Amino acid sequence: MSNTLRPYLGAVRQTLTAAMCLENFSSQVAERHNKPEVETSTSKEVLLNPVIISRNDKEKVLIETSVNSLRISIAIKQADESERILAHKFTRFLTQRAESFVILRRKPIEGYDISFLITNAHTEQMYKHKLVDFIIQFMEEVDKEISEMKLSLNARLRAVSEAYLAGFN
Amino acid sequence: MSNQPIVNEFGLGPISCHAFNQDRSELAVCFNSNVVSIFRQSGGSWTLSSTLAEHDKPVTSIDWAPKSNRIVTCSQDRNAYVWTLDGQKQWKPTLVLLRINRAATFVRWSPEEDKFAVASGSRCISVCYFEEDNDWWVGKHIKKPIRSTVLSLDWHPNNVLLAAGCADMKARVFSAFIKGIDKKPAPTPWGEKLPFNTVCGEFSSGSGGWIHGVAFSPDGNSLAFTGHDSTITVVDQASGSVQTIRAPYLPYVSVLWLNESQIVAAGHDCAPHLFEKKGNEWSFSASLDSAVKKADVGTSARDTFRRMASRAQATATNDTEVHTHHQNTINSIRAFSGSRDHVEQFSTSGIDGKLVIWGTGLSRGMGNLHL
Repeated sequence: MSNTLRPYLGAVRQTLTAAMCLENFSSQVAERHNKPEVETSTSKEVLLNPVIISRNDKEKVLIETSVNSLRISIAIKQADESERILAHKFTRFLTQRAESFVILRRKPIEGYDISFLITNAHTEQMYKHKLVDFIIQFMEEVDKEISEMKLSLNARLRAVSEAYLAGFN
Repeated sequence: MSNQPIVNEFGLGPISCHAFNQDRSELAVCFNSNVVSIFRQSGGSWTLSSTLAEHDKPVTSIDWAPKSNRIVTCSQDRNAYVWTLDGQKQWKPTLVLLRINRAATFVRWSPEEDKFAVASGSRCISVCYFEEDNDWWVGKHIKKPIRSTVLSLDWHPNNVLLAAGCADMKARVFSAFIKGIDKKPAPTPWGEKLPFNTVCGEFSSGSGGWIHGVAFSPDGNSLAFTGHDSTITVVDQASGSVQTIRAPYLPYVSVLWLNESQIVAAGHDCAPHLFEKKGNEWSFSASLDSAVKKADVGTSARDTFRRMASRAQATATNDTEVHTHHQNTINSIRAFSGSRDHVEQFSTSGIDGKLVIWGTGLSRGMGNLHL
């Protein structure tokens, strides 16, 4: 665990805890509708200022809050071409199964790799601090997952090229 | 007075609002749905006695008029109903002509119970009164200068003034004087001549934030409101002082005056917090939830440090419970027993589906309390 990860995750945790104060809020624009205000953004006064927490220029988190919903977008570290491909495949795998992740958004916000949308219905069903834990755990695991995949990809690459070049001996 | 808070767990889903009848033997609750359940107390537990199903969208607020024994409910379907008991002990609804076209968010009977006010998302407050000629409840709108959804209301004890907390980050005091129903009120610090829709005061907490809860002090000369910026602001209109207290906790949603020098507020932090006036200064006093912290079983200091290092997490991973009586946001506080200027017990309900009745003389750190 590197030294910069801890304050980074700490800042994200504090911001998420403060942002997750949601309430049931019916639309002011459409009659008898109740939509996540952060997605529709039709009433300016119920949106809070978005917060970007960044660890470096590649890894950052965007947290947008409104009165009844909150959106978290994560940019995953992608140092080289193979990590970029792996991150893309990984997030694609998750977003295609978005129903089973409940809070996962099908399409990430522009400039980010994966987005979550938490509404007041989610905070009513689930413990708020557990939702925060889930996001933090995800952020922690995703880097680990991708670097592991990268290692096994490289190992496989080496094995394949060795097997191929052995034919020229 | 019992020293332990009384926890009523219904387990029927999040409680969006609740109201008791006059002698506290019956309780109206809404479990985040379009029906209101009436429970009757029998031998220490609550049994369902009737359901009020007339709304077709989630009910947002309930109020039970103590003297006239009428219930008013309002909902996101833009309607409000006044429920009265008929000869067969059945609750009968009467539709109210609110004339609003967005969700109704909050409703309260006036102290005299001849009017009630409905807050709404159509940027207005509907002050409703009974029109004898037509035999229905009609609403008169307070529109200006509200710029967003009204989130909460409170009536002044003189039956005329109305405080409103709004999502446009302002708390306002209006006159809801209805000709023919109200007598001319005695002058208060809020003003002397009070035609309908007079704005008697407009306040904000300074740093902005939606105003979730408003409450008049027992004598009506002060106003307390809570904002989404985790502040409580107390306006003393008689002396003109406005004091904002910043709390180091999550925002408060609801606020209640226990007496002239004590305020209880609760919200996203899951525990009611007490604020006290000492001299002329208001300050945070204590949390009324004595936070039964369970002993950490099987966690060593080493574990704790490892957890903090890896996940910036202070508590154990498998620890789902919050160390308060309420496990999720408290969304309303109401007086339970005592008079308006001397509340002895109050009730809180929350998203966790619990209804807790708290005594005001409980918990440690309250030794300096004189009630």
